[in-house]
Amino acid sequence: MPFQEIKLYQAGTFVAGNRLLDPEQRSVQARTGRSNSLTSGHRACQGCGEALGARYVLDAAMRATDGKLVAVNSTGCLEVFSTPYPESSWQLPWLHSLFGNGPAVASGVAAALRATGRDDSRVVGQAGDGGTVDIGFGALSGMFERNDDVLFVCYDNEGYMNTGVQRSGATPPGAATATTKALGPEPGNVFGQGKFVPLIAMAHEIPYVATATVAELRDLEYKVEKAMSFHGARYLHVFVPCPLGWRAAAADTIKLARLAKESGVFPVFEAEHGEVTEVSRIRRQVPVEEYLRPQGRYAHLFGDPGRPDVVARIQARADRNIARFGLLGEGDE
Amino acid sequence: MRSQLEGSQAVARAVALCRPQVIAAYPISPQTHIVESLSDRVRTGELAGCEYLLVDSEFSAMSACIGASAAGARSYTATSSQGLLFMAEALFNTSGLGLPVVMTLANRAIGAPINIWNDHSDAMAMRDSGWIQLYAESNQEAVDLHVQAFRLAESLSVPVMVCMDGFVLTHAFEEVDLPTQEQVDAFLPPFVPQQLLDPDDPVTIGAMVGPEAFAEVKYLVHATQVAALDEVPAIAADFERAFGRDSGGLLKRYRLEDAETVVVALGSVLGTIEDVVDSLRDDGFRIGVLGITCFRPWPHDEVRAALGDATRVVVVERAFAVGAGGIVGQNVRDATRGLPVVVQDVVAGLGGRPITRTSLRGLFEDVVADRLDASHLHFLDLDVELVQRELARSRARRRSGPHAEHMLRDLGTVASGTPHGGG
Amino acid sequence: MDKPFAITLDVGSSRANKTGSWRTERAVYTNRMPPCNDACPAGEDIQGWLYEGEEGGAGYEHAWRRIMEDNPFPAIMGRVCYHPCETACNRGHLDEAVGINSVERFIGDEAIRQGWTVAVTAPPSGRHVLVVGAGPSGLAAAYHLALLGHAVTIKEAGPMAGGMMRFGIPRYRLARDVLDAEVQRILDLGVVLELDAKVTDLDALRSEYDAVFLAVGAQLGKRAYVPAGSAAHVLDAVDMLRDLETGEKPLLGRRVAVYGGGNTAMDAARTAKRLGAAEAVVVYRRTKDRMPAHESEIAEAEDEGVLFTWLTTITQVDAGRLVVERMELDGAGVPQPTGELDELEADSLILALGQETDLSLLEGVPDLVVQDGVVAVGPDMMTGCAGVFAGGDMVPFERSVTVAVGHGKRAAHHIDDWLSGTAPEPVVRPALATFDTLNTWYYSDAPRAHRPVLDRARRESTFDEVVLGHDESTALLEARRCLSCGNCFGCDNCYGVCPDNAVLKLGDPKAYLIDLDYCKGCGICVAECPSGAIQMVPEEI
Repeated sequence: MPFQEIKLYQAGTFVAGNRLLDPEQRSVQARTGRSNSLTSGHRACQGCGEALGARYVLDAAMRATDGKLVAVNSTGCLEVFSTPYPESSWQLPWLHSLFGNGPAVASGVAAALRATGRDDSRVVGQAGDGGTVDIGFGALSGMFERNDDVLFVCYDNEGYMNTGVQRSGATPPGAATATTKALGPEPGNVFGQGKFVPLIAMAHEIPYVATATVAELRDLEYKVEKAMSFHGARYLHVFVPCPLGWRAAAADTIKLARLAKESGVFPVFEAEHGEVTEVSRIRRQVPVEEYLRPQGRYAHLFGDPGRPDVVARIQARADRNIARFGLLGEGDE
Repeated sequence: MRSQLEGSQAVARAVALCRPQVIAAYPISPQTHIVESLSDRVRTGELAGCEYLLVDSEFSAMSACIGASAAGARSYTATSSQGLLFMAEALFNTSGLGLPVVMTLANRAIGAPINIWNDHSDAMAMRDSGWIQLYAESNQEAVDLHVQAFRLAESLSVPVMVCMDGFVLTHAFEEVDLPTQEQVDAFLPPFVPQQLLDPDDPVTIGAMVGPEAFAEVKYLVHATQVAALDEVPAIAADFERAFGRDSGGLLKRYRLEDAETVVVALGSVLGTIEDVVDSLRDDGFRIGVLGITCFRPWPHDEVRAALGDATRVVVVERAFAVGAGGIVGQNVRDATRGLPVVVQDVVAGLGGRPITRTSLRGLFEDVVADRLDASHLHFLDLDVELVQRELARSRARRRSGPHAEHMLRDLGTVASGTPHGGG
Repeated sequence: MDKPFAITLDVGSSRANKTGSWRTERAVYTNRMPPCNDACPAGEDIQGWLYEGEEGGAGYEHAWRRIMEDNPFPAIMGRVCYHPCETACNRGHLDEAVGINSVERFIGDEAIRQGWTVAVTAPPSGRHVLVVGAGPSGLAAAYHLALLGHAVTIKEAGPMAGGMMRFGIPRYRLARDVLDAEVQRILDLGVVLELDAKVTDLDALRSEYDAVFLAVGAQLGKRAYVPAGSAAHVLDAVDMLRDLETGEKPLLGRRVAVYGGGNTAMDAARTAKRLGAAEAVVVYRRTKDRMPAHESEIAEAEDEGVLFTWLTTITQVDAGRLVVERMELDGAGVPQPTGELDELEADSLILALGQETDLSLLEGVPDLVVQDGVVAVGPDMMTGCAGVFAGGDMVPFERSVTVAVGHGKRAAHHIDDWLSGTAPEPVVRPALATFDTLNTWYYSDAPRAHRPVLDRARRESTFDEVVLGHDESTALLEARRCLSCGNCFGCDNCYGVCPDNAVLKLGDPKAYLIDLDYCKGCGICVAECPSGAIQMVPEEI
């Protein structure tokens, strides 16, 4: 059953909570008793989308599993900012091993829980886009094809932010990074490269694949809860803006995630056993320019004379997403 | 129970008797027969309560073991050669996190050139990964070392690698005395993890540690390894009491009494060496053998004591540090520093080259007669003519400095007066 | 468990790291002035009572009590107020303004249905205030004065209370049972109402009271000189509406002309239709868009078949006919005669050219300033004569029921201050909650619910209320269309969106706290607050 929007006019589906809602209808994040799986005192940058996304996901997973949850974390910003000795920001059992092995470590944890008769506890593996789509990809694909009982979550901020904002396989075309600077005749990351792992995950025909953004909390929580209702390999790809790496205002993190979805740059959908089952339709469509302009990594596209041709190519990519996933179909409202 | 068994089958049965709870494996020769056999045992239910993960790489195999061990499962894998190197990062991680994973390493050469046969390049490349390394001389010892390895790993919370020579042991049929399940259960208690991923008592495992504490963490890892120097013989003694066999321990002393010359080696070659030493003893030579069972941690004091009365030591090793020399030899020299003993390094059996009694006899006779130049690294049964030809050819192609010239001279190829350099 | 050193840590230990020290700006909860409140002449906290009403159930009474703090006539307001709040409503930029007026009517009606009452909780002050005139301003003042503990006597010249609410606004716009109920609630507070008690000499009377509030309204129809034949039937709109209310049914004939373009003209024309006129024509000297009548009144009049003759003045009235002259607007928009004459059939002419105040009662009151036919007052609503205050249509402001009610409230509080000798507290008006301070993404799409109206057929022949009320569920959804501009409505977004868990939720709705130990000052809570109720304030470093 697809995510049911709550028809409460003043602020129904879109806000975290609202006093007018039955407590059961409020998001996990609106509850005073949320687990705060990632708690205060972490050293993420101001406005970090990944910190936000991780708490959203894990709190929802904690709720779905009644607190019986173990997290495995690949190396990256999330790991570094949350666990510098002697302080940990995690409030659930959590293991960090290496950069490229998160999915395999998570498989091992799941196997151990099963072997030791504790399989009421569930496993979430998590990594940034580097740890997921690049260095951890082999292990991820292996975990998928074995259908191990792991929910793997990629917090996609479209680059290697922890090491100083280099290009990853998830960096979009046109974006400037430390290794794809706005230099030369084709400034920024080149077109025709990169990969969209949710579709690759679907090709494994695992029980559940979904994308989400930090801008739509309720959708995200719904997907985590749904993911936890399946056994076997599941994949959740969460779009998390990075103020540092994107050279955007810290306050704009959620706004940018929203614009990514509303422009068609980032398609939000669900798939079961390899087939798309639901898409989140665009509610207030915007041209990609509205999404690109607030980000310094695209500043070279808007200077004088700017690169309207590149903006048009990015728009074409968004339009392709819109057509491919039916993002402008019949709205729910 | 005594059976005539392939080494891999014997080890697989021994591992199964240890009741591992998670096995993650990726095929690589010559380790494959072990994990195939374990797969059978899990499928048939003979090995109950075990999750067997067919992972996508050795890196994932070790990673899965890391996760499984941290989540409280007795975890096991096996690999060889390239596989071990593909695990390299995870090996250091396992030891750094103090996770008691046990691994069988079916020793094999490392490419390029690709070579599936036995030597110790793989284990030696990972000697500083923080794993305990135990080397089996025979399949019986391989069986016994695995039973001891789980207990050792779990008692100290360190990972243990049991090295057995690929093909030479893994594929050899020998009579092996396999312990019973009851014996193993009595010897090896259920796994009680030192730290555990437990929702009822959550902790953060794998923190980032900066300059303020990194050295201390590493020191503590070192201290744990050093503690194994006491634990390894204690467990071996326990083992002997329980199973009636002297197996394992730090070192094997063979005819060391009054030995002026001692051969140091590890692994299956020890049997051959012992045969040669027996014949030399018959001929009146005062020669003995020191087998290294536990190479990591390095039993410095024990080696020093064992070699204290010798005047000559020859280390026969199946790996070397390219551009530097013997690896075990360096450790032996370190252990004998200040003693009136000459330590020779001889590299032998690389990439599966047989180490014959004849060659060993010739070598030991040279050593005893002080015909071996201790200032150089020696290679047993090297095709000198071939190497000379190649070196000469390359000398003709590129300018060589004095070090390369010395090397040619060592092999007798450089006539005095030959001009340096070349075309 | 016995954790290994450094690599294994206690959960939640990072709370020792007070990341608040990174901050250069802090998030601070704020209250901005919602545009509805800003625009309300009665000073209602509209956003505030909508907030209460949004809860439904017991929330309606809470909402009603919030309205009653400022305005004793919710049910009346919900019918006759021209709702400048809706004109100002930010939701108008999004889809359509919130139907505030319809919600207020529902709440007001609900109060009457449920019999909710207010009570005086202030101790008696021992002061006695005279209110002259029982119109909206006088009644409102009396209500607030009574709540403040003062004894109040209202002297009303007419036979019933309500003023223009009764004698100016036809009952098809304001049912009289509603009016009576809301007036009675004021009288139930102990306010003494003397009817048919016209004050003719205030100066002689004022010494008997500690203060006086004048609210006599503007009930004299303005006269324009129109040459009229002896048989011409000319009436004044104000008189006609008043007479109708007291039971006199005027004889208007089949064809009725109404002269003027204000709300009273609309009322007169629509009343004429109901009284049986086959044709009611409004004659106005300018164009439709310049008519002072409220848009909704014009629309309803048109809907009921009232005809309009624009750019026309009446030059002569005779029996059965009018001579009219075509006008044209000059560059300044002022109508100028063209000399082009025409005739219009009309059995009667109703003049609706505005009203004036009868100020005769003020003779002899010292220091009063009268300008342009109205009494000058200060910002405290006090006339030049100490202790004499005035409001409503007799002071120089826009004339409407709501303005009058607002005057009554303001005057009551100033009278209270004046009586106790305390200086009024300076009113700090917060910054306006403009549309750009909102994050409207979070509001669900919600089309406005429009109130049902009476069938055309019944509107032609009866004085039944034309505009009907919402049912409860519709009123509730309409209330929930409110964006709560500039004020927290307890949506939990700030609590949800903080990447540092630095927003604490204290349990009660709207009770949040910024945890300055951890707030890094990213500003996401500000950006994602739907209603603009948080702002960033620079840290003093």
